[in-house]
This record gives sequence, structure tokens and C-alpha cells, in this order.
Amino acid sequence: MPAKSFVVETIKRNQIVELLSKGKRSDGRGLSELRKLEIKTHVIEKANGSAMVKLGNTEVLAGVKIDKGTPFPDTPNKGLLIVGAEVLPMAASYLEAGPPDESAIELARVVDRGVRESEMIDVSSLVIKEGKWVYSVFVDVNILNVDGNLFDATSYAVVSALLTAWMPKFVLENDVVKNTGEKMPLPVHKVPISVTIANINNTLVLDPTEEEEAIMDARITLDTDDDGNLCAGQKGEPGSFTPEQIITAAEWSIARGKEIRQQIKEAAGHA
Amino acid sequence: MDENGIRTDGRRWDELRPLKIEVGVVKNADGSALIEWGKNKIIAAVYGPKEMHPKHLELADRAFLKCRYHMAPFSVDERKNPAPSRREIEISKVIREALQPALFLEDYPRTAIQIYVEVLQSDGGSRVAGITASALALADAGINMRDLVVGCAVGKVDGKIVLDLNDTEDKEGSGDLPYAFMPNLNQVTLLQMDGLFTFDEFKQALELAKVGGMKVYKLQREALLRKYFSGGGPETSTGSAEMMEEA
Repeated sequence: MPAKSFVVETIKRNQIVELLSKGKRSDGRGLSELRKLEIKTHVIEKANGSAMVKLGNTEVLAGVKIDKGTPFPDTPNKGLLIVGAEVLPMAASYLEAGPPDESAIELARVVDRGVRESEMIDVSSLVIKEGKWVYSVFVDVNILNVDGNLFDATSYAVVSALLTAWMPKFVLENDVVKNTGEKMPLPVHKVPISVTIANINNTLVLDPTEEEEAIMDARITLDTDDDGNLCAGQKGEPGSFTPEQIITAAEWSIARGKEIRQQIKEAAGHA
Repeated sequence: MDENGIRTDGRRWDELRPLKIEVGVVKNADGSALIEWGKNKIIAAVYGPKEMHPKHLELADRAFLKCRYHMAPFSVDERKNPAPSRREIEISKVIREALQPALFLEDYPRTAIQIYVEVLQSDGGSRVAGITASALALADAGINMRDLVVGCAVGKVDGKIVLDLNDTEDKEGSGDLPYAFMPNLNQVTLLQMDGLFTFDEFKQALELAKVGGMKVYKLQREALLRKYFSGGGPETSTGSAEMMEEA
């Protein structure tokens, strides 16, 4: 059920739509322009990796915890990589504590899909003993302040936190898993970048603010990898796109993705 | 896929699995449809417009659309826990959002319209099959609609873009792209994607999904006509889509 109750007054809505019809946005950005993106890594000492991301006024914090775990029965030779996201009740006036609603579940699953499908982490190298012991990589995200485009902000935080994460070195001794106390970097192969585009009254805008999201007809999130391939996608909200708009969204995602990837790599010391 | 481009179940790259649709299968529901698509067996049922519960969530200017996608415990190889999983919650949301653009919800203020999608047996592409059946159930319930919504998935198997993945191809292939659209309005209402697609493959996949979807639309329309105009639809439409094309 749509629990979102952020309200945009009709006069404001009309203003946004009118500006968009002239190709302008209410915050002065270009249609395919990202808000200011700030990334700070190594913010939580007790996590294996962490990142604080600010995208305009949207603020999210991601932390990585890595331990030994048991593999899923259908993938005995692969480590675990699980992304979770929680929109904290402090993040907006209309939110309340409670189990995650369908929007929060969709958010976590879409971010997880982007990281998983790009094969960012080589999970097949995260095995201690096949079928029995593997490394488990949990990335949990707290959303601290909501101002639109949680999908991308969350994804950037997850990717930045993983890029800076270390893992403990486990060895097998007499069939018992032992922590050697050594640290190793995570086997990172790719840097997936999520780009979300909203359709407002048949105008496409990249990185929508909360105001824009409140009046959008539909949104589409497309993830790209380092080679410019598309690796995950999700259309959401009860509106639609023309096929041509989807192609445009893919072009924007590929082009903007390159710049954002560079910025994230630099922030995480992977340049 | 073998060297002749024939898939594990004997289909060509642009061929649909056998598809059979029947409208009006749940007596108590205001509208319903059964779809059998490959090994998928899915019932969609619609109740409403009816009174909204809980009352405080009713909308003053339109109907509240609810959707529940659920898989039966026996629908998959290993028994599925009947409690709704995170996957089912997400799919319920995207199915609802795929159907909503087609509905004139503003015609039914302060009411609720409930869609139930029950997967009795699951194969690849159960969400798009569910959307295809749900659109018919909504039409069968007499809800005012701009267009039908038709779902069809495409994917990537052995580096090639193929239509309508089955279960094996979905699990072992390198990409899956569920897609739904309103065929007469040319509007895309659902798009999800996982796996790797180059930009050209992505464009090709969208084209193929549309071509495949139009074949499904033909069967969808005939199923509706069959219920409401006896003799309206050809009886052969219980066969595969490919047979229909030649008919």
C-alpha cells in the first residue's frame, strides 16, 4: 500500500510541471543533471567497510559486516552477499517505526539486484569449504534523511562501502574454521552504478527530488557496469513510459553512470 | 541452445511457449481468468469496486487498487513457505503498478478494487503471465479500462536474446527482462531486468518483448471475446501462439 504521505500543493505541482515544459527544474538543474553527490568512506570503525552518502539532502549510511556463514543449498560454491535497507523513522516527518513496507522492500531488493547482477563481488572466491563454510557479506543501509531518489543514494552507499571493505582471513584447520587475524581486501571486480529517472507529465528528469517524486507518473532505475552494459532495471510507480523514453533513460544511465563511477572510485581510493 | 539455435524445450529464439487462456473461472469473483503458459498455471481474480477496508485509507477521488501475488506451496520444486516472501511483496507491487495505468480508478471514488494472483504452478515468467491474466480479470469484472495490459518476458541465453524464458533458461541464462505494456497506447507499464545486456541487446530485447507481447495480446483478446460473444473467438486458440499465427 502506498504509505507515502509527502504532500505537494497543487500550486507547487503546477509550477514544477510548467517549468518542466520549458525544460527547467525548480532547483535550477538540467533535466539529466545529478544533484551534488558527496561520499565519505571509513565512517564506522567497527564495520568492515562503510560509507556516508549525501545526494542533495538525501543522506544514507551503509555499513558492511563480513563473517563466516553457511551457503544456500542451491549455491554451495558461492559466498553470501546480502543487501538490506531500512528507512529510519527519523528520516522524514511522515514516517513511523515498524516492519518494512513494500516500498522499503522494493528499495532493498532493487539495490541488491544491481550489486548482484553486475557481479561486482566475485562470490565464487568467497568459499572456505564448499557446501559448508563460506564468507557472508552483509551490507546494511540506514536512510537518515529523505529527499527523493533513495534508490541511487542507497546504491552509491552500498558500492562505496564494499569498495572500502576488508575481510578477515579464515582458514580450515581439522575441519574447524579459524580466524587468522589477517585482513584481506574484498574481491571487487566491477563498480555498478544505478541511475533513476522519473517521468513527470511526459518529461524525463534524472535524480528526482522528493517533490518531483511526489508528482511523478513513473520512475525507472537502470544500473550499468564499467563496460557500459545494462545489468539491472526496475520500473516503478503507477504510470508508464513510451519505449522511446526507456531508450533515452538507458542512454542517460550509461552516460551519467561513467561520471558517477569515477567519483565513487576516487572517494573509495580505487581510482 | 544447440548449434541450430533450438532451445532446450525445442523452441526457436522467437517462439512462445504454448499458451492457453480462459476468462471467468472463479464463480464468486467479479472477474477472473486462468492462464496456462508453459508450465505456469495461474488464476487471477478481481473483486470490486467494493467498500474499502480499512475505511480511513479510502481515497476521496479514486478507487484504491490492491494486489496480492502469491505462490502456492506446491507450485515449485521445493515446498514454498506459504507466508508472503519479500519477493512476493515486491512482485505484488510491480504487478499493481503495471495494471494501474490502464484503469480509470477515478470512476470509482472511495472504493477498493482487489486483484488476487495465485500461482498454482510456477514456470519462468510467472509475473508477466499474472499481469496478462489480471488484465483479463479486470476487464471481466467490468472495470473501466483504457487498454488491456499484456506481459511478456525476454532474456539472454548463450549470448542470444530469446523470447519467453522457461524455468531452466531463467535460472541458467545470463539475463531476464520481464516486460508489460498497453498494446494500443504503446505505453510500457512494467520493466524489470537482471543480467548483462549491452545497449544494443537492450534495444533488441525491448523490440522482441513487444513483438512477443502482441502475439499474447491476440490470444488475450480472443479469450475475452470467447466468453462474451459465443463463437466470437476461434476455438483453435487453445493451441500454441505459433499455431495461431498460421491460422
